Amino acid sequence: MAIHGLGELYLTFFRIGGLTFGGGLTMLPMLKHELVTKKGWVSEDELLDCYAIGQCTPGVIAVNTATFVGYKRKGIPGGIAATLGMISPSLALITLIASFFQAFVENLYFRHAIMGIKGVVCALMLNTVITLARKSLVNLMSVLVCAAAVVLALFTPVPTVAIVVLAGLCGAVIELWRRRCPKGGGHKL
Amino acid sequence: MTFLQLFWEFFKIGLFAMGGGPATLPFLMDLADKYDWYALDDLTDMVAVSESTPGPLGVNMATYAGFQAAGIAGGLTATLALVLPSVIIIILIAKFLTNFSERPMVKAVFSGVRPAVTALIAVAIWGLFRVVLVTEEGALAVKPLILCAVVFVLMQLKPLKKLHPAVWLLAAAVVGIVFRF
Repeated sequence: MAIHGLGELYLTFFRIGGLTFGGGLTMLPMLKHELVTKKGWVSEDELLDCYAIGQCTPGVIAVNTATFVGYKRKGIPGGIAATLGMISPSLALITLIASFFQAFVENLYFRHAIMGIKGVVCALMLNTVITLARKSLVNLMSVLVCAAAVVLALFTPVPTVAIVVLAGLCGAVIELWRRRCPKGGGHKL
Repeated sequence: MTFLQLFWEFFKIGLFAMGGGPATLPFLMDLADKYDWYALDDLTDMVAVSESTPGPLGVNMATYAGFQAAGIAGGLTATLALVLPSVIIIILIAKFLTNFSERPMVKAVFSGVRPAVTALIAVAIWGLFRVVLVTEEGALAVKPLILCAVVFVLMQLKPLKKLHPAVWLLAAAVVGIVFRF
């Protein structure tokens, strides 16, 4: 019985991984349809909670969601089965495309198509950054942290990991400082 | 040795890429510098393919990068290493921490992390732009640049805002072929 449940988890997330593009937020409608409407495995609120968790934990949000829902259904084996289901289509498709990519590159039409796609990928990426900036640059502190991170990333050899950790510490220190002097200074950071 | 390096590098990415797929991009750019697995120019191919293929962007890019470094087993290694931290962390949170994302300290840490991640992604994308939109001779790649600008403007229009990214990518491939990019 347990194995049956795991297979269903694997296949459900396999379908989600194989039919959605981009991951993250663009996957939400598909996840809602499959997990809330069709299967009734989680409520809509639980799914949104899960997204909130996915956004404040490291890693790919779609994978975090798969692990979370799988774990809720069938414990640790469920979390693993759902995660493997989510990544299987990517593994198969990308490996296939990557294997043939070099052969395709010889083809002139393919090269034209890829250059066009790259132009649009730039536009999509620009859109992503602007959406992120709108959501994350909400006060003076966040603008300062963002500016500092740009400077560190562009002009110093400070590793990316260190920048992420420093920024997290920054947030934590400000929170502690606020707790110590709740009305301190009247500045709202 | 490559497999160990791959596992370790992608485990680190899985542990520190906060904010999903696009957040892995700055790390992938670091890897292009650090190892001879792929060049920056290959990375733009990888991003283009990963965006145009189903599946989470971060997972697609990890599979591709791992494949470039060490073939099929490399892709598998990189992807499993990428998701392993997530699996461990999410299971711990689901088991022990209720209302994790509501905790003031978690919120505080992420109020710092989020703007920094925005910055890192912006810097990484700036790097990609320079590879895609500037030719090897240092001139502007006019056709991709115009396409990028036109699509970006179109995407801001209300009726087109919700359009699936795959539609844009398909149109881009057609435009690329028709206008000989």
